[in-house]
Amino acid sequence: MNDTNRAGKQRAAVLGTGQTHHRAKRPDVSMAGLCREAIDRAMADAKVEWKDIDAVVVGKAPDFFEGVMMPELFLADALGAVGKPLLRVHTAGSVGGSTAIVAASMVQAGIHRRVLAVAWEKQSESNAMWALSIPVPFNMPVNAGAGGYFAPHVRSYIRRSGAPSHIGALVAVKDRLNGAKNPFAHLHQPDITLESVQASKMLWDPIRYDETCPSSDGACAVVIGDEASALSAEHPAWIHATAMRSEPTTYAGRDQVNPQAGRDAAAALWKQAGITNPLEEIDVAEIYVPFSWFEPMWLETLGFMPEGQGWKLTEAGETAIGGKLPVNPSGGVLSSNPIGASGMLRFAEAAMQVMGTAGDHQVQGARTALGHAYGGGAQFFAMWVVGSERQ
Amino acid sequence: MTAVEPLSAPIELSFDYTRSLGTTLSRFMTGLAERRIVGVRTADRRVFVPPVEYDPVTLAQVTDFVDVGDEGVVVSWTWASEPSEGQPLDHPFAWALIRLDGADTCMLHAVDVVKDAMRTGMRVRARWAPQRVGHIKDIECFESAEVANPLLLGRTHKVDDVETVTTPITLRVQHTASRQETSYLLGLADGKLLGQRCPVCEKVYIPPRGACPVDGVPTDEIVELPDRGIVTTFCIVNVPFYGQRITPPYVAAYVLLDGADIAFLHLILDCPADEVRMGMRVEAVWRPREEWEPALHNIDYFRPTGEPDAPYDSFKEHL
Amino acid sequence: MRSVAVVGFAQSPQTRRSDGTTNGVEMLVPIFQEVLGGLGLTKKDIGFWCSGSSDYLAGRAFSFISAIDAIGAVPPINESHVEADAAWAMYEAWCKIQTGEVDTALVYGFGKSSAGDLRRALALQLDPYTVAPLWPDSVAVAGLQARMGIDAGLWTERDMADVAVRSRRDAETNPYAQLSGSKDADELLTEPYLSDPLRKHDCAPITDGASVVVLAAGDRARELVERPAWIAGIDQRVDSANIGARDLTTSASTTAAAAGAGVDGIEVAELHAPFTHQELILRTALGLGDRVRITPSGGALAGNPMFAAGLVRIGEAANQIMSGAAERALAHATSGPALQHNLVCVMEGR
Repeated sequence: MNDTNRAGKQRAAVLGTGQTHHRAKRPDVSMAGLCREAIDRAMADAKVEWKDIDAVVVGKAPDFFEGVMMPELFLADALGAVGKPLLRVHTAGSVGGSTAIVAASMVQAGIHRRVLAVAWEKQSESNAMWALSIPVPFNMPVNAGAGGYFAPHVRSYIRRSGAPSHIGALVAVKDRLNGAKNPFAHLHQPDITLESVQASKMLWDPIRYDETCPSSDGACAVVIGDEASALSAEHPAWIHATAMRSEPTTYAGRDQVNPQAGRDAAAALWKQAGITNPLEEIDVAEIYVPFSWFEPMWLETLGFMPEGQGWKLTEAGETAIGGKLPVNPSGGVLSSNPIGASGMLRFAEAAMQVMGTAGDHQVQGARTALGHAYGGGAQFFAMWVVGSERQ
Repeated sequence: MTAVEPLSAPIELSFDYTRSLGTTLSRFMTGLAERRIVGVRTADRRVFVPPVEYDPVTLAQVTDFVDVGDEGVVVSWTWASEPSEGQPLDHPFAWALIRLDGADTCMLHAVDVVKDAMRTGMRVRARWAPQRVGHIKDIECFESAEVANPLLLGRTHKVDDVETVTTPITLRVQHTASRQETSYLLGLADGKLLGQRCPVCEKVYIPPRGACPVDGVPTDEIVELPDRGIVTTFCIVNVPFYGQRITPPYVAAYVLLDGADIAFLHLILDCPADEVRMGMRVEAVWRPREEWEPALHNIDYFRPTGEPDAPYDSFKEHL
Repeated sequence: MRSVAVVGFAQSPQTRRSDGTTNGVEMLVPIFQEVLGGLGLTKKDIGFWCSGSSDYLAGRAFSFISAIDAIGAVPPINESHVEADAAWAMYEAWCKIQTGEVDTALVYGFGKSSAGDLRRALALQLDPYTVAPLWPDSVAVAGLQARMGIDAGLWTERDMADVAVRSRRDAETNPYAQLSGSKDADELLTEPYLSDPLRKHDCAPITDGASVVVLAAGDRARELVERPAWIAGIDQRVDSANIGARDLTTSASTTAAAAGAGVDGIEVAELHAPFTHQELILRTALGLGDRVRITPSGGALAGNPMFAAGLVRIGEAANQIMSGAAERALAHATSGPALQHNLVCVMEGR
């Protein structure tokens, strides 16, 4: 008889997390070295050895970033995967999150006892803007990069919600100050202010330079284990629920500001976790915010705030550490963005919060946390709820 | 829909990737620049060449470096009768797995020899490139060691540690537009904006795709659309990028043509950027007819018509 | 473990060159309609979607995203993607069903190899520091492996030609196959080498194609088809990437995956062997006796739609069960240079 949690799945938990020092370039390591920095930390945190790992799941965004086709193949040896099952997930920017969910599902299904999940990007080997903007024949290049893609939709949000124009800057300040407390974060900007953000160059109006994520090399790893492993682990983060949803990037009538796929994923997630009032029941959220305005937008999509009102929570300071719903105490994607890893960083940071291992950016007493990631033109969503209680 | 040969065009994906090496590979590449071949010895006393960063058994980082010779034996080979771009030689040669003296594993490289002389078990020797930078191609190829080496090159002076390698990668792919997109592009070559209607949801898509993204069926019914419509939303671009035609700042906007159910990105000019508004009515400004191609850039940009803006409620579903 | 079965399979014709786009939509739309229609299902009945494809093959980042136009993913779907042959997408889908979160899954793969230079592109799977910069293409790597076995007396060029002969003859009754024919080994052996010791017939052709499989659990499977192909075991393992260090004449990962899946009593085995000598390696690695019917579809040598071909093996083996032709069938899929990564799926009729 399987011991299942609320979802009918077998229980699984994050046993340990690890990540690299994220930087614009990591010239001191090879791709394998980058992955192993995160993996070695995760395995140490989980107190497991290589023989304890039953399978390896790798997540990474487009292979063009590094110029290696299916790099998990050449990395198999360094990742300790030889002789074991190996899987490589690719769901654009959400991939780090999907990878963690796939790894969790292997444990929740009772197939493996402990699975290592690693997500990474060494995008300095090429240039992220280039890789994302390779001209496609018969398409007219109007914009470039992710910021150019999302800026018009941010404008739509501002129009729809009536949000005051400084909200984006508030988020940038908060996330970068949080990042300054995170030894692994790429950007450390302890002196950032609302004024300095608002004075920074407007890149794609209404998105400013300081409201934009950096391009980073980095990796993140988690070890996910079954109930028996978790019960003997030092500080497991029990996986209460997972959800993934996708929709087409564009279609007639698609809501680009509050995507249906995001709403559906969140609804499925809260239901699985038995959460009826996310704002009250979630203690901390690591949300994928690469452009600062996505904080208020995702607060609405995720159901923390009613539609049109997400910005009020931000404006009131409630998404800072110490507020009602701290969002991105790690500094978030605005502080570090190795694209393939960013989703897993959100999932791992959520786990760290309920494990009590978030150090200087720990939210005191966090017991239930959300990790969220999105990818592509905001059409892939992956999210999980983790908690310090077994549930 | 009449049968049209889909339009296709080549894409060249080209970048000079800069790869940082880390300690182990740095030792190896630096050695190559000095005409030395460096391997590692693993915990079970095997010598790996090229070196591996992590022990295959213990997975610990390997730190026991060993110099091996630049001569060895061919363990296997295959014949490259028609060399292609980037390969070590541009005349026929052998690929081989070569176990250098002192190594327990093989290196994959090229052997420059006539086919009749190529065999498993033959002894080969590295031919070093005259200029070396710390790259696997510092070994130009291997050649038969059964021929006396007239140059007898020894090691060079020490070079600075090599920490990165640059690897140019170029791939060419032939991109093909779908039939529906082809029809739309050919329409543009004729000065027309042809959308396509989905038979199930009846929405008009422009540009069309291989299938309606909502219903998963081809959208073959052609609907000719006017070259005017509204701006739904937009941003003002200040960032330079590859392929950009216009100096920033300029407006990149979603244009919803009258009669279309989905907007597409285009440029708004002939208007100060800060005067562009959501809902603004716009019309296309076409390039001269003799410049027309099967491409959206036949429309140079859209400009305001001066008509009253569309009310927000009329287009809010398209945001 | 939940009982999960393959209940549906469809594939596009395997062609040298399709005129569709690299995102595969044109190949996928008809086979989605075929497989769902055949089961009396609509997209709403599918709990989880998972695809396998490669950005590098398509020459575009995120190439798999527009493929979901073939689904009609509104309302939004529970969907994932692996950058590998769709057989691995099926592994992910099978895991998902095992969690109990969903009861059905649709798995698909696609690839337009004709759009680029596949042989050359696959060199980019090799070590990016010490091997790939030399651009050893995929046929060269296979050639090195083939010669090792010849030198060791494990197989001969004639043994390899025999595999090609059998594959092409079998493909004559496979309406989807790209190549077929009745030349005998003597004729094939007079052809010139492509990459000595490999000749053209030793190598899979360049193929565009797509495939789709539907999985269902327990009672749901029984409702949908009379004879579901129950997955009795599925496992996948990877070998070392170090071509100079691993024994290329054996396939340890295949043997390990077979042990995990359980290969007793197999009557028919669909093996994913893009090179003739690799079929010989796989037969040994899987421990298949002489009485096992090997790859009756003609296999990859008759048509190799990259990123879909492994899933085709699963579908073909499942058909053997669903049609009643066999009680226990094996499907194998491979990925990476020289059989580096292997998946074994065993199905039975019960």
